[in-house]
Amino acid sequence: MDLEDEVKKVYRWIAKIGNLGLRVLWYILHFVVRICYFAHGTARVLESYLISCGLLKKYKDLNLRNLQYLAIVVESEEAYQTPKVIELLQWLATIGVKHVCLYDMEGVLKKSEEAILEKLSNATLFKVAGENDSLLDKEHIILEFASLTDGKEAVAKAANLLFLKYFKSGNLGGDEEEPIFTEPRVAEAIGAIGCPGPDPDLLLVYGPARCHLGFPPWRIRYTEIVHMGPLKSMKYGSLIKAIYKFTTVHQNYGT
Amino acid sequence: MEEDTVANAIQLFGNVSSFIRKFIFRILSVGPIPNHIAFIMDGNRRYAKKWNLDLRVGYKAGILALICMLKYCMELGLKYITIYAFSIDNFKRRPEEIQNVMDTMRDIIEGMLKEESSIVNQHGVRVYFIGNLRLLSEALRAAAEKAMNVTAKNDKAVLLVCLAYTSSNEITHAVQESCNDANRACHGGEKSEIKEEEEEEQYPIIKLVDVERQMYMAVAPDPDILIRSSGETRLSNFLLWQTTSCLLYFPKALWPELGLRHLVWAVLNFQRRHSYLEKKKKQS
Repeated sequence: MDLEDEVKKVYRWIAKIGNLGLRVLWYILHFVVRICYFAHGTARVLESYLISCGLLKKYKDLNLRNLQYLAIVVESEEAYQTPKVIELLQWLATIGVKHVCLYDMEGVLKKSEEAILEKLSNATLFKVAGENDSLLDKEHIILEFASLTDGKEAVAKAANLLFLKYFKSGNLGGDEEEPIFTEPRVAEAIGAIGCPGPDPDLLLVYGPARCHLGFPPWRIRYTEIVHMGPLKSMKYGSLIKAIYKFTTVHQNYGT
Repeated sequence: MEEDTVANAIQLFGNVSSFIRKFIFRILSVGPIPNHIAFIMDGNRRYAKKWNLDLRVGYKAGILALICMLKYCMELGLKYITIYAFSIDNFKRRPEEIQNVMDTMRDIIEGMLKEESSIVNQHGVRVYFIGNLRLLSEALRAAAEKAMNVTAKNDKAVLLVCLAYTSSNEITHAVQESCNDANRACHGGEKSEIKEEEEEEQYPIIKLVDVERQMYMAVAPDPDILIRSSGETRLSNFLLWQTTSCLLYFPKALWPELGLRHLVWAVLNFQRRHSYLEKKKKQS
């Protein structure tokens, strides 16, 4: 019995040492990952500086023909940094981007809407601008603000709208054929309830992770998604690079 | 003799690789492991073009990569794996190409139907075919439904194969079904006697949970990581509803080139951001 207990004790010790060893290796692995990201981050900062100075020729003239609509997703905690958001919008206006949708999960940007529009003399709200083409002159920017409530919840509201319109209005009974909804009909209902703006061509994510954080799902079917890192360390050169890379993308839309 | 030596060397190499892989997974398991990974298997055609191969060979290389990746995911301890096998948008391709893909799918499904010998049954994997299956041929749809029935008892892991799927179609279907349900509820029994004033108080009739219940993907939790191969940085109408707090990873490798190192890198990044992503999940 004593020998058996001793053997069990030894096995337990070996297992503990083994687990400790694995834990140490796990921390080493993550340390190596951090080093890789640090090196990559340093290279990006240098490249961004070179792009900002105009030393890299290919980034000088951007063809924005395919960039009709840009979306910015900001981590809600960072969205409180209104001056940073305003600076980003000013950069975008300078580059020539005309339509921007600003999104954060909690609606912080929606609350800062007035402050942002006050600081940006060349910005107009999407719902005010409408189809007014005269606002598409140089460095004028049309803004839209969105949050999580404009995503999935908007789809549920659209379902209610469709139900009231197509089911309740005709007072369908159990025997009558139920109406069939098509994607355009649902899209129209979602547009009426949620964000009416078009699908963004490019979505830039400012936050700790590459994650769209619930941007209205209906609108990002074919949107290019680029992770830009935290808002506090945003760089003009990185913005130019992201937009340039977008202009070189070719989509075949499933064909 | 020489052939035996080569065979032994290959087996030894296989055993050593397997040992190293399992050791790496043991290390990764110290941290949080994702429950569900989704894959967009992009790049089979480009792979075939790159190596001057026939398109069918490209798809076969893609299947081999898929089998390896599924094996790695199950060894790592993942419970749910989703793959984007065929989009509704892919019906716009040339008929010969669509036929190639459908034939490949049929071969895979027939493999699953061989009860004892199929990989899915050996590893206890339950299979779901997710999407608008009415768009598929009668034979393929019947085979898919049979495969789902044959694997229904498996409970070690779940494989969701998105076939004739797009998120916009899924959302439309969910809206349709939730309206149909609400209509049946209104006309069946108690609710038909509701007075107009009471009806207004009950608005909205359809809640978000009602729509979510009708999603094709309601059989699984939301994915933790979505991996799209070949360096494209878009979701192409895949799991748009389910990826609110999902880490997106877009490696440059073409799908047949995707390997263990990409999976390990994805999991390491997931572990780095785990607490943040969990916080976002709770908020949504």
